[in-house]
Amino acid sequence: MQPTSHDFKANAHRALGDPNLQRAMDMMRTGFPVNRAAAIARLPEFDALRDEGIAIKNHVIANLDFYLETFEKNVVAQGGKVHWCRDAAQARETILGICRDAGAKTVTKGKSMVSEEIALNDYLEANGVTPVETDLGEYIVQIRHETPSHIIAPAVHLVKEQVAESFRATHTHLPPDRPLDEARVMCDEARTVLRAKFLSADIGITGANFLIAETGSSIIVTNEGNGDLTQTLPKAHIVLASLEKVVPTLEDASTLLRLLARSATGQEFSTYTTVSTGPRRADDTDGPAAYHVVLLDNGRTALLGGEFQDMLRCIRCAACLNHCPVYGAVGGHAYGWVYSGPMGAVLTPSLIGIEEAGNLPNASTFCGRCESVCPMRIPLPRMMRSWREREFARRLSPQAQRWGLAVWAYVARRPRLYRWVSAMTSHILSLVGGTRGRFRTLPLVAGWTDTRDMPAPEGRSFMSQWAAREKRS
Amino acid sequence: MADSPRVALFVTCLVDLFRPTVGFAAVKLLEEAGCRVEVPAAQTCCGQPAFNSGDRDNAKALARQVIDVFKGFDYVVVPSGSCGGMIKTHYPELFATDPIMADVANALAAKTFELVSFLTDVMKCDHIAARYDGVATYHDACSGLRELGIKDQPRRLLKGVEGLTLKEMATPEVCCGFGGTFCVKYPEISDKMVSDKVADIVATGADTLLCGDMGCLLNMAGKQSRLGKSIRVRHVAEVLAGMTDTTPPIAAPREKR
Amino acid sequence: MSGTRDQILGSIRAGLGRGRLDVQAISALEDRVRTHRRNLIPARAAALDHQGQIDLFVAMAEEVHATFTRVTDVDAVPGAVADYLAGQNLPARLVMTPDPKLDDVPWDKAPLLDIHKGIAADDDAVGVTACHAAVAETGTLMLVSGPDSPTRNNFLPDTHIVVLRAGQVVASYEDGWDRLRAKGAMPRTVNFISGPSRTGDIEQRMVLGAHGPRRLHIVLIDDARA
Repeated sequence: MQPTSHDFKANAHRALGDPNLQRAMDMMRTGFPVNRAAAIARLPEFDALRDEGIAIKNHVIANLDFYLETFEKNVVAQGGKVHWCRDAAQARETILGICRDAGAKTVTKGKSMVSEEIALNDYLEANGVTPVETDLGEYIVQIRHETPSHIIAPAVHLVKEQVAESFRATHTHLPPDRPLDEARVMCDEARTVLRAKFLSADIGITGANFLIAETGSSIIVTNEGNGDLTQTLPKAHIVLASLEKVVPTLEDASTLLRLLARSATGQEFSTYTTVSTGPRRADDTDGPAAYHVVLLDNGRTALLGGEFQDMLRCIRCAACLNHCPVYGAVGGHAYGWVYSGPMGAVLTPSLIGIEEAGNLPNASTFCGRCESVCPMRIPLPRMMRSWREREFARRLSPQAQRWGLAVWAYVARRPRLYRWVSAMTSHILSLVGGTRGRFRTLPLVAGWTDTRDMPAPEGRSFMSQWAAREKRS
Repeated sequence: MADSPRVALFVTCLVDLFRPTVGFAAVKLLEEAGCRVEVPAAQTCCGQPAFNSGDRDNAKALARQVIDVFKGFDYVVVPSGSCGGMIKTHYPELFATDPIMADVANALAAKTFELVSFLTDVMKCDHIAARYDGVATYHDACSGLRELGIKDQPRRLLKGVEGLTLKEMATPEVCCGFGGTFCVKYPEISDKMVSDKVADIVATGADTLLCGDMGCLLNMAGKQSRLGKSIRVRHVAEVLAGMTDTTPPIAAPREKR
Repeated sequence: MSGTRDQILGSIRAGLGRGRLDVQAISALEDRVRTHRRNLIPARAAALDHQGQIDLFVAMAEEVHATFTRVTDVDAVPGAVADYLAGQNLPARLVMTPDPKLDDVPWDKAPLLDIHKGIAADDDAVGVTACHAAVAETGTLMLVSGPDSPTRNNFLPDTHIVVLRAGQVVASYEDGWDRLRAKGAMPRTVNFISGPSRTGDIEQRMVLGAHGPRRLHIVLIDDARA
C-alpha cells in the first residue's frame, strides 16, 4: 500500500472529526485495557512469565541463524518446504509461484499482518488469483476496500452501522428487509458466505504467531476458527511469517502463549491455538497435501545489532496500541501504513524510511504506557526517541522546531541570561495577563490557545523572588 | 541541625516561570521535614525538551550543567516527576557510553527525588498537617508514575489533609496530552486527549484537580478553563504546604489588588 | 533461493557481529532444543491434585462458554449426548470421528442417535470427537489430527461434542506436549480449543460461532470419582 504516514497530521485531523471513528475508538479505549488488567490480576506469575518470555526472545535473536536453520531442517523432515525471501517482492512472487504451480484460482486467508506488509492481496488479484480474507474483521475491511486499522482487531475503527452498510452493498443476495442491526446477524451472514469460500478454495494462506525450531511447526492463534478452516480444507497451506517469529521449543512457545492472549484481548487463552507441522500424513484423511513456509526478512535482519533490535521481540499482541492515548484518539489509519500505535511508530520508519514516517515517532507524549504494558518490555519510547535523534541529526525535523529548540538551548545553557529571560517573561506575561489569570490567545502557541487557555504566570519568577528573599535575610 | 540533610531544590522551568508558589511550597515542606534547603542560582533546565526532540548534544550539555550545579548536596529534590525522571532515569542513559560521566550521572540520579516521594520514601513523612476544604481528584503524571513509581505516595499524604476528600478518576493513569513539545507539535491530538481527561475529571464530581507536574497542570487547567468549568487546579505541593489561601488556582482569576 | 537463504543468514551474522557459531555453541543450542526444558509453569493448576485439576478445567472451560455433562461411567455417554442434543433442540444425526478412543462407548444404548463415522461434511450439524488431553490451567482441550481424527471435524459442525476422560486432564500445555511426545511423531495438526468459536470484530461485542462451532459441549467421564 502507498504510505500516507507523511500526512499523519492531516490524517489525524480527519480522524478526530469522524464521529463514527470516535465512537468506535471510545469503545476500544474502554474495552481492551480493562480486560487485560483483569486477566493479569488473575495470574500472579505474569511478570515472571514476562521475564522468561523476554529471555527466550533475546536468546533466539542472539542465535537466530541457528534457530532458522533448525526450523528449516525440521520443516523439510516433515515434508514441508521453506522459502527464504529477502523482501516483499520476493515473497509475493514466491507465493504467486506456489499458487500458479497448484493451478489455484482462489486462496482463503487467515489474518496476517505480514501479508499486509507485502501488499499480497493486490498483487494476487492483479495476477488472476482471488484472495478471500476470512477473519471477520479482515473480511469487513476487504469488502470496504480498506486496510486493517489495528494489528489484531482489523475493523476496530468501525461502528456496526458502517459494517451493516458494507454487507448491504456487497452481499447483494440479502433481502432488503433483512435487518442487519446486530453483530450476531452480520457474523452469521459472513459465516454463510465464507463457508462456501472455505470449501472451494485451492490454497490457504495464514500467518504465524510462532515458528517452532524443534518441530518445524507453525502456530496460529485465532478466536474464530477461520485460520483452521483456511489451512485445513485446501490442497496447500502457505505460512507467511517474518523470520523473528521462530522460537526454540514447544515449551518456549507455551510460555509466550501465556503472555499473548492476556496482553492482547485479556483472554486467558485464545479460543484456537493451532500447531501445524508439515503437510497431511500419508494415512490422514484430511489436511493440506503441501506445506510451504514463506520466511520473510524484509528489514528484520537490518535491525540486529542496532538500537532497534529489541523490536524483534515483539509478539504483535497490540497491547501498546490498546493502551496508547494517541492511537486511541486517531485510530490506526492515521498512521498511514500497515503498523500503527507505538509498535508501528518504531517499526514503520525502519521498514519504509524515516523520511516518509518521521511523524510517527514524534506523535507521542512519551507517556510510557506502551512500554509498561508490553509483555516483552520493549522500550518503545526510547526507540521513538532514537528515531527523533536520527531525524534531528539529518535535519529532517521541521525547521521552526529546530530553530525554537536552538534558541531555547542557547538561553538554557547560560544561567544568567536564562534567569533574566525567565524573570522578564514571567513579569511581562503576568502583567499582560492581569487579573484574568489566563490568556485566550498568545502568539507562538496558537496550537495551544486555539482550544485551551494558557494559564498566566503568577507574577515574578521563582528565582528572582528567591534571590530577593535571600538578599533580605 | 548538623545531621539534617542538605537538600538542593531543582525548581524546574515551568515552576520558575509560571508557578513560583510551588517552589516556595516545596521549600516549606522540605524544611518542615527537617531538611536544610538551598536553591542553586545557576540552575536552568534539565534538558528534557532537547532530549525528547532528538537533540542529544544540547541535552548532554544541559545535563552536564545540572550535574555540575547540583554536586555536593545530599539530595536533589524536584517538584516534578517529569524533570525528576529526566535526571533519575535518562541522565544515566545519556552518558551510558561515557565511563567518567556515567559515574557522576549515576551518582546524581541516585540522590535525586521527586518532591512528594522524597518526603514519604526518604524523609519517611506519613502525615503532613494541612487543611484544604474540597473534593479532589489526583492525576498521575506519566513520568512520575511510570519512570519513578509515584502512585501511592501523594495519595497517602493527601489522606492526612484535613477537610480534603479524594475521589479517583476512571483513568487517572492515562496521559493528559501535554507531552512537552507534543502539545504544540500535535495540538489537535493533544486537545482531544486533554478533553477526554477533563471529562474524566468532571465525571468524578471533584471540585479540585491535583497533580505533581506543572506541564500537565497547565494543560488541564487551560482546558477546563476554556470549557468554562471552575475546577480548582493546583500542584499537590501547594495543598500539602497549606499555601492555597495566598495564591488562586492555576488559570483562575486573581483578586484585584 | 539458496542464494537468498545464504544472504539472509549472512546478514544475521553480520548484524550480530559474529561469524558462524562454533561447534560447541551449536551443540549447546541443540541440547537446549532436544531437552525442551520447561519454563515457569503457573501454580494455578500445577499445584492442585488431580481432582482439583479436573474441577479447575471445568470451571475455566465454562468461563469461556463450553458446556458440560459430567458422567461417572462410559456407559452413560450415549445418553448424555442424546439428552444434550434433545435439550438444545438439535438433530440426533451426528458425525463421529472413527477414533478408537470412542470404541468403548456403547452407542447402541442411545438408539435414537443417528451416528455415521468418518470425516465431517459441510452439512453435518453435530460432530462427536475424542481428544488428546485437557489443560486445566485455562480450560483448554487439546486435539490432535490423525487417520482417525480428521481436523475438520473439530471445526465444520455447528455443535462440537467432545468425549473427555478424567485421566486426560492435565495441569499445563507442557503436560500435554509430554504426553504427545510419548506417543511418537508430531501430528500434522494440534488444536488447542478453549470454548466455542467466537469473534469480537464488530464493536468488540462477543458473538459465538464465528466460523467454527457455535457450541462446544464436553462429556466428561469422571471415572475416578465413581
